[in-house]
Amino acid sequence: MMRLLIHGIALWSGFFVMGIELLGGRLLSPNFGSSIYVWGAIITVFMLALSLGYLAGGRWSKDSPSLSRLALLLGLAALTSLPVLPLSGEPLEHLAIAIPDPRFGALTAATLLFFVPTFISGMVSPYCVRLIVDGETTAGHRAGQLYFVSTFGSAAGTLLTSFYLVLWFEVNAILLSLAAISIALSLVGLAAGRKRP
Amino acid sequence: MKPFALLIAATAALLLTATARAELTLVHSERSLYREVLVYEQGSERCMCFTRQCRIGRQSCIDLRRPDQFALNYTRMMLAGTLFASPDPKRILIMGLGGGSIPTALKTLLPNAQVDVVEIDPAVTRVARKFFNFVETPKLNVTELDGRVFVKRALRTGQKYDVVLLDAFDHEYIPEHLLTKEFLTEVKGILGPRGVIVANTFSLSKLYDHESTTYAAVFGPFYNLTRENRVIVTRMDGLPPMAELRERAVKFAPGLQRFGANAGQLVELFDPSVTWDTSARVLTDQYSPANLLNR
Repeated sequence: MMRLLIHGIALWSGFFVMGIELLGGRLLSPNFGSSIYVWGAIITVFMLALSLGYLAGGRWSKDSPSLSRLALLLGLAALTSLPVLPLSGEPLEHLAIAIPDPRFGALTAATLLFFVPTFISGMVSPYCVRLIVDGETTAGHRAGQLYFVSTFGSAAGTLLTSFYLVLWFEVNAILLSLAAISIALSLVGLAAGRKRP
Repeated sequence: MKPFALLIAATAALLLTATARAELTLVHSERSLYREVLVYEQGSERCMCFTRQCRIGRQSCIDLRRPDQFALNYTRMMLAGTLFASPDPKRILIMGLGGGSIPTALKTLLPNAQVDVVEIDPAVTRVARKFFNFVETPKLNVTELDGRVFVKRALRTGQKYDVVLLDAFDHEYIPEHLLTKEFLTEVKGILGPRGVIVANTFSLSKLYDHESTTYAAVFGPFYNLTRENRVIVTRMDGLPPMAELRERAVKFAPGLQRFGANAGQLVELFDPSVTWDTSARVLTDQYSPANLLNR
């Protein structure tokens, strides 16, 4: 049961990250356009934040790991994604004036909006691995399963967001829903963690 | 019997493809940041395309025997929208260069006007210069920038244009941030008191309704000129009356003739009727699935 929940969190975290990354293009385009630089800046920031998140998550998993702490990471990523909504309006407009170069303007904007929630989301995967690994011989197997669900979640988040969600809902509504699902799942994790520490 | 029939079929197929190839020849291709810019020739016609064999539409075409003649209908309609609806255009902004036939014609027909073109893809500008006789002058300049970023900057620096022509879409991909209520409101902000908007849009697909309600939400009533494409034309102080359009059509008839455009026929295309589902959802920065709707 606990293993299922951990995999569920990894899957959803992957979905959440890619959902936000795709909507990032939408949020930046009014001020920075949709040139290849803008997508380059967004992808760079997400990859960099994830890579540093992996480092930090792995490190943190050494210090009395628990399901509750994992759930906390998921909830924290959702909460830190919420400032994206007010920031993507007027603040980005000012930023575009301050940094007219489309490359570095977009890079700064993407960092400001997405670095923190993506960094925390990056911490989730190695933390999950720590929680499900049950021995030296099965470590690779377990890690492989976890990468699978996490990256599968990313694929699903990319496809659903770009093919369907943007056709049905407004960008802010999708962002809020993604955060709400993360928080709900985080609460489930916290409750389960309390029952079985 | 059977192998013989096969042989005939194969020979016929080979001959067919051979003649097809002889008709459409690739003259030039270059990869850009965004796409492959291709130049094809077929008979005396030369076209700029963004897909192999021009499968998904042609961006710009010229007739090599008469290079100043417009080869595509929509360019004639864009020109008619500009010349007939604007009282005295001195500053014109064109979003999307293509082969440059519209700015080149405007430079000749309105020698005193300043024409600014904004084009995102430097390869398109290079190909227009090399293969479509596009020449920049002090009165006709190209800025290499995303259209929306250009308009935002123009808005901040208080620039005003008498005509804005939107021609940044192609058949395969629409920059969605250039088809929202917010963007059109920004465009409205850089138009002078009698400024004219001329937009090349889609005449088919579900997008027609959404695009129409979005333009109507920002600009109010507008004229549609419809052939393969649909061109939207309206003015900031309200729809110019037909009599006024006809008057200017007469004035510009000889000039337009040079470009192979018939002013009398073009002015009859101006249609103010509402031909769309007015309940279609307006596209905004929050809701802009233009490419998904364009099916």
